[in-house]
Amino acid sequence: MKSDTIAAISTGMTNSGIGIVRISGAEAFDIAEKVYRGKDRITEAQSHTIHYGHIIDGPEIIDEVLVMVMRAPRTFTGEDTIEINCHGGTFVVKRVLETVLKNGARAAEPGEFTKRAFLNGKMDLSQAEAVIDVINSESEYALQSSISQLKGNIKNKINDIRNKIIYHTAFIETALDDPEHISVDGYGDTLKRVAEEITEELEALIRSADNGRVMKEGINTVIVGKPNAGKSSLLNVLSGHERAIVTDIEGTTRDILEEQIRLGEVSLNVIDTAGIRRTDDVVEKIGVDRALEYAQNADLIIYVADASKELDENDEKIMRLIQDKNTIILLNKSDLDTVISAEQMKERAGNIPVISVSAKEEQGIREFEDKIKEMFLKGDISFNDQIYITNVRQKNALEQALESMKKVIQSIEDGMPEDFYSIDLMDAYESLGSITGESVGEDLINEIFSKFCMGK
Amino acid sequence: MKYSANSVWENKDEYDVAVIGAGHAGCEAALATARLGFRTVMFTVSVDSIALMPCNPNIGGSSKGHLVREVDALGGEMGKVIDRTFIQSKMLNKSKGPAVHSLRAQADKADYSRAMRQVLENQERLDIRQMEVTDILTEDGRVTGVQTYSGAVYRCRAVILCTGTYLKARCIYGDVSTYTGPNGLQSANYLTDSLKSLGIRMYRFKTGTPARIDRNSIDFSKMEEQKGDERVVPFSFTTDPEDVQIDQVSCWLTYTNEKTHEIIRSNLDRSPLFSGAIEGTGPRYCPSIEDKVVKFPDKDRHQVFIEPEGIHTTEMYVGGMSSSLPEDVQYAMYRSVPGLEHAKIVRNAYAIEYDCIDARQLKSTLEFKSVEGLFSGGQFNGSSGYEEAAAQGLIAGINAARKLQGKDGIIIDRSQGYIGVLIDDLVTKESHEPYRMMTSRAEYRLLLRQDNADLRLTKIGYEVGLIDEERYQRLLKKEQMIERETDRVNHTNIGTSEKVQEVLKSYGSTPLNSGTTLAELIRRPELSYDKLADIDENRPDLPYDVEEQVNINIKYDGYIRRQMRQVEQFKKLENKKIPDNIDYNQIKSLRIEAKQKLSQIRPASIGQASRISGVSPADVSVLLVHLK
Repeated sequence: MKSDTIAAISTGMTNSGIGIVRISGAEAFDIAEKVYRGKDRITEAQSHTIHYGHIIDGPEIIDEVLVMVMRAPRTFTGEDTIEINCHGGTFVVKRVLETVLKNGARAAEPGEFTKRAFLNGKMDLSQAEAVIDVINSESEYALQSSISQLKGNIKNKINDIRNKIIYHTAFIETALDDPEHISVDGYGDTLKRVAEEITEELEALIRSADNGRVMKEGINTVIVGKPNAGKSSLLNVLSGHERAIVTDIEGTTRDILEEQIRLGEVSLNVIDTAGIRRTDDVVEKIGVDRALEYAQNADLIIYVADASKELDENDEKIMRLIQDKNTIILLNKSDLDTVISAEQMKERAGNIPVISVSAKEEQGIREFEDKIKEMFLKGDISFNDQIYITNVRQKNALEQALESMKKVIQSIEDGMPEDFYSIDLMDAYESLGSITGESVGEDLINEIFSKFCMGK
Repeated sequence: MKYSANSVWENKDEYDVAVIGAGHAGCEAALATARLGFRTVMFTVSVDSIALMPCNPNIGGSSKGHLVREVDALGGEMGKVIDRTFIQSKMLNKSKGPAVHSLRAQADKADYSRAMRQVLENQERLDIRQMEVTDILTEDGRVTGVQTYSGAVYRCRAVILCTGTYLKARCIYGDVSTYTGPNGLQSANYLTDSLKSLGIRMYRFKTGTPARIDRNSIDFSKMEEQKGDERVVPFSFTTDPEDVQIDQVSCWLTYTNEKTHEIIRSNLDRSPLFSGAIEGTGPRYCPSIEDKVVKFPDKDRHQVFIEPEGIHTTEMYVGGMSSSLPEDVQYAMYRSVPGLEHAKIVRNAYAIEYDCIDARQLKSTLEFKSVEGLFSGGQFNGSSGYEEAAAQGLIAGINAARKLQGKDGIIIDRSQGYIGVLIDDLVTKESHEPYRMMTSRAEYRLLLRQDNADLRLTKIGYEVGLIDEERYQRLLKKEQMIERETDRVNHTNIGTSEKVQEVLKSYGSTPLNSGTTLAELIRRPELSYDKLADIDENRPDLPYDVEEQVNINIKYDGYIRRQMRQVEQFKKLENKKIPDNIDYNQIKSLRIEAKQKLSQIRPASIGQASRISGVSPADVSVLLVHLK
């Protein structure tokens, strides 16, 4: 059942470190009550009051929050509204939203708060066009990012599951429509096996959504440094496998390599660039230019410097580039004879964190990981919030599908008649379709006719 | 040649409504308008073909049975007539949930037609006229009358088109083709052009029927007997269940085999379906036997049901083997089936092609958007089946009458009945084949059960004027009894007495550790309201249909609530009406495809708009904002 109560992060995923999760709809208070622990009861609270407490997910405390309770109609949307002010940084805001969704809210559609505000008479006619534009642009962006961010193999997997679901539903429905030709008696056993299989597959997908593997969500990170400073070796260590071609010849990495790396809850989209230096080699020059361009737009720059060589004009150039950016300097090759210390480096670069590492010996890597996590959780670095929100929505859809499949299994175990299975099967089918951007339409009827032979 | 100029004359008998066609749609339409007080004339090409069943000899079946019950609940006639003329009856899907239980009766075809004709003939304000209608007369986009083949003009204020499969009909098998309607009846060859001149878009559809075989030539010992139910449930809520406990006849089951399939495969080139001689689109759900053999080559046999056409005839219907293969192939094919080795064919199988409309030109009231006072129902609207036809005929009739009364039309929505699903699908979705009702098309089917059709629709029938006061009062009383008893069962506590544990044990149900409510026990899969009578001391004496509702309401409570919540969401969008004069091209933010589709179909509500293929959720949002 899709709830009519919606939720979303209503602040941008910026460096503010504070985020607001907004819930709007008839069940807003009930949902807030379920996730909130504090002195007051949300459902009994006066309108327009603020309550201190914690957001909990089962036994786990997620964040210390202020909850603002606003009763309809004096709210932005004109509906009962809850705003949860979190102050644990972007990652925690995301967790709060997920908990709210888990407890019965639905991830808001693009522009939906604005739409509701409008439909409930909270805006005047002159704003209508603007509202339409918001809805349109957000829908388009969300759809595009939803589909393009979905990795090919994930999309295939979701489609496989959908195909399985529609096939079995069609079989049941054919039998119900034509009981004298086709019998569905005892089909529960077959379906239960399939449903359990699908449940496992969905659980695996949700886990990989947690690990950021479903979406290319993550912090856009660019690795810069002079040729052969060890950028590619470092990338290989972080990603756990050989990816970039690593040689001792300067300028081996000519293409831009992209790799997704997971460090605990944090995921990096790492772009390894060709080394930055003056070059006359045309092919390499393109790589270098692109590297500079990526560095301009990156959420995080990792500057790999070679501790065994003196800094030169190329290093100077990089250090100018990284001013005012979120940067971590890795002083690589700490296993060799070093000519620059971390302290010296820090002095030169001006207050940028510096960590001594050895990609070859895999030293200092742990420290590096901790540093990134710290910056992320503090909210110093963040990433493209649209993609981020899309991912929450997709995970929500996966969870809804899983919920529906569990209901199918429950119905089978309860000995419910076969026609009850279809209801939840189709709900799961629809939820999964919202991820791949496909609607249900006449799918079931078409499947019935194409796969099964009806009588008369 | 139609009439010449000097045979044109005006018939001065006064009519309000003209119904064209006397099939299952036409009968319900004409009865409805006449009963609602309007002088009605019903045209048919042959009075002997009133309420004819030219294909299968049954009424009802999965989801179609629901339609018949809904027609009855609204005050239609089909259920009453089949209750008087059936010769076998079954409740299908009885082992499944209550939502998919469906009644299916074998009819005595001749008796059915005769009984319906009698009802029509005895209906006040209703005249039957054997004559082909050739033209719809209009002035300023409004219906003013009809003109017949003979040149006669009948003035009226509303016309209901129920032409079934008769428009430019052509029957085909092998390379034999005749320009006739079903059963060799005269086709109607002029009306299509009149409709086209009114700007109405036409489709050409196709369907088919199997051969009829003389029962004296069939060896039933090689077939499995299929009997009716021991206890028959009537279709009509007004029929006394005791009146339908009759001696029933049997149907018979046999199978095709590899030899049958080989005969078909080796003669495919002679089939008009595959040679291209048939241009119409056939239904996927009732494929000809040649279609089945081609599409499902892995199936080594297909079921064949031998069903009596009536008790006054030896003709038997060969269900599952409709065909348009040549006559000689038909003989060979039927005779390859066990029990039919010496079959004598009475009537050949054939395919039929006919003109019908793209029903998206209709409003949900079944009135044409472009011609005021012109309504239509049945196969003419692109559906198939007697029950689908009756349901549309009834709604078209009711709404034609309401139009003349100056009232808003009645629209049964998707959450109120299969009738609503049927009509909404027809007028909203693009379809290239005859539309058949299916239970999977109803998204709220747990609520749309055949057992509660009266509770869903009889109030509407009463408001319309087709249900009398007495029947209405009975319904109110039933509602009250259901409500009271459901409430009592929800609040009846059951302790852990020895008697209780005994009863539970006897049904293989886990004994109680502590007290619970009667309702909780009823929800256990192995138990029911009925089974717990012995431990329910204060149980009142209630009619069976009340007990049935209480049992279902309690047993499936969780699922029913879920669907009711979905219906609430659905209703919100249905209730957001779109004004008739909206210009979609002026709404800048709609995508081009959406503009085109919306302009073409002109949905009545946001809900309907959202079901049009090619209209995205974002388009719907834009519409919502624009309409505000």
